[in-house]
Amino acid sequence: MHATLKRRLAAIGLALGACAALVPTVQAANEQFFPLATYRVGAYASSGIPVWAGMIDYLRYINEVEGGINGVKLVWQECETEWTAEKGIECYERFKNGLNGAPVAVYQPNGAPAAYALADKAEADRIPLITLGYGRTEATDGRVFPYNFPAMLTFYSEASAFINYVAEREGGLDKLKGKKIATVYHDSAYGRETQGPLALLAQKYGFENIQIAVADPGNEQAGQWRQVRQLKPDWVFLRTWGVSTPVAIKTAARFGYPVERIVGDIWASSNEDVLPAGEAGKGYLALTPYPGGADFDIHQRIRQHILDTGKSDLKDPKSFGSVYYNSGLVNAAIAVEAIRTAQQHFGNRPLNGEEGRWGLEHLDLNDARLKEIGFLGLMQPLRLSCSDHEGGGAAKVQQWDGQRWNLITDWVQADRATLRPLIDAKAAEYAKEKGVTARDCAAQ
Amino acid sequence: MNFFLETLIGGLLAGTLYSLVAIGFVLIYKASGVFNFAQGTMLLFAALTFVSLREQGLSFALALLLTVLVMIVGALLIERLVLRPLVNRSQITLFMATLGLSFIIEGLAQGLMGAQVRALDLGIEDVPLFVGEIMISQFDLIAAGVSALTVAVLALLFNKTRIGVALRAVADDTRAALSLGINLNRIWQIVWAVAGVVGLVAGLLWGARQGVQFSLSLVVLKALPVLIIGGFTSIGGAIVGGLIVGAAENLAEAYIGPLIGGGITPWFAYFLALIFLYIRPSGLFGDRIIERV
Repeated sequence: MHATLKRRLAAIGLALGACAALVPTVQAANEQFFPLATYRVGAYASSGIPVWAGMIDYLRYINEVEGGINGVKLVWQECETEWTAEKGIECYERFKNGLNGAPVAVYQPNGAPAAYALADKAEADRIPLITLGYGRTEATDGRVFPYNFPAMLTFYSEASAFINYVAEREGGLDKLKGKKIATVYHDSAYGRETQGPLALLAQKYGFENIQIAVADPGNEQAGQWRQVRQLKPDWVFLRTWGVSTPVAIKTAARFGYPVERIVGDIWASSNEDVLPAGEAGKGYLALTPYPGGADFDIHQRIRQHILDTGKSDLKDPKSFGSVYYNSGLVNAAIAVEAIRTAQQHFGNRPLNGEEGRWGLEHLDLNDARLKEIGFLGLMQPLRLSCSDHEGGGAAKVQQWDGQRWNLITDWVQADRATLRPLIDAKAAEYAKEKGVTARDCAAQ
Repeated sequence: MNFFLETLIGGLLAGTLYSLVAIGFVLIYKASGVFNFAQGTMLLFAALTFVSLREQGLSFALALLLTVLVMIVGALLIERLVLRPLVNRSQITLFMATLGLSFIIEGLAQGLMGAQVRALDLGIEDVPLFVGEIMISQFDLIAAGVSALTVAVLALLFNKTRIGVALRAVADDTRAALSLGINLNRIWQIVWAVAGVVGLVAGLLWGARQGVQFSLSLVVLKALPVLIIGGFTSIGGAIVGGLIVGAAENLAEAYIGPLIGGGITPWFAYFLALIFLYIRPSGLFGDRIIERV
């Protein structure tokens, strides 16, 4: 019995030793921690896997080619969330204090449920959340939400960019009067988020605003598309997610609705959304703040230094340059550039959450800077501030040709000035409910 | 009127796809009294295997044949490794075993064949056909034909073969069947293999419509109200239940949906099932359980 116990202890010791050997030696004094809340398993794994590959490849590129951010090396660790709120919170709690002394400057929840669940916690912990293309739209108002950054493209801006694109196609905003525009949306907080701005824009431009809900998971949509066929809208704005997107495209074809009059939103714009639709997807349009394609300058750099040297996290090389892979690159670049910006103020050292927020609120990625880092064309100019946590507000329109996405527009800008009063009203409502005193941005 | 007829016909055709998923449950429930929670992941595993084989350059027929073999081997393994050690345990124990099994199959499928979304082209165009002014989906029409053929083959298997007689004997009275020398383990192997093949047919049809991916396992959610309405022990019940659910949810989405904000398809089937539970707890064609007190 005693010998058995000894053997077991020895085995445990060996196992622990092996684990310790696998963990890279950490010199936290000059390292910045990038927590990665991932979903590599579960219903949305197919979307997540290329995103993490894009993020990790970019962080690795910064370390290997640029020697870190001004000499500060990046370390990262993954935590599986399965795209759920509860696991998202668990991962955040594990990561918020950093890794072996390397602090967290920015946190990306990577999922709408976790983003909503963490919004208040992040404020309390003073860790800025970057929610690119998801999360609370009203967090655009940084006076009320100092630590939430729905950067680049909120759902409101997405709706407005869509309407502006339709206007472009119809020959001007005045031509929208009398048109029928239907939104087929995932019946969730995400899907319903554009109802407010579309109602406002319908009132302003005089188009008929039709809203058709698709309940989760959306793998049967005959009822919805029969309704579309009956109402004969001029355009359909498709705001679905996961399996509900290819099903929508195929069902639209089944009901004879022309696919080239359907414009998918940011979460219905990936390769994974159109590949299962096969022939029916040819001609489908989609808005995106990070278009597909592997010909941008950053791709040449990553191909040379990471992909061709066998250091990529990408298991399937076909995904290089896919919309989701590129979203990983863009997400990582925003975080890296925010830290670089903050370092100019605080010094070239690892930064904490408060300093990370400062970096985000002073981030100014103009065309010249985007060209330097290799993201020109892939990412829109982005300037954030204390009162504006979104910046940008533009999307490109891409069209699927059966094999790849082709860009058919330059950046289509949202009418942010029209939407801002809606955002301010929602933020003020939140502030009143939670007893938050809005910051004075002039004093920042 | 045309709109009503079109909705009704479309719903009935879609219902045959629900029936196909439900039949997989019925087969196993009839033979072993087990509600097989892993049916959805079996369906996913079958479709994923088929698509992966096609990606390796195999012809349609060869990929189909190999997938059927994989499902049969899988059924033998499940019987040997999961069910046989649990024989004579309570139904809830077996149900929990299938629950665990579903997670294992799901993890195995994604681990072995990847989590990315795959397109599945069966060569059936999903375009509208018009009968007068009524639109019918060509894909749904062919899918309904395939479902009918599958049911016909199952009917032949159950009614015209010795295996079928043995299966029915086990379903009617397991102890009496055992006393007659029927090998229960063999019956379970056959039933799980047949359920796997039915899962393959359902997986291919659903996979062609929505792509082969994780969420394919969620189509079983459509089978539960079908089983409640049709009964857990009747293949005929699964067919009728599927047709009722398909027609009812499409009509409800068209006529009730706009009044209450839409998006009612997923829960309306369960609402209907709840009503059936009040009126006829064993379903339209299910066996009524009579116990002596």
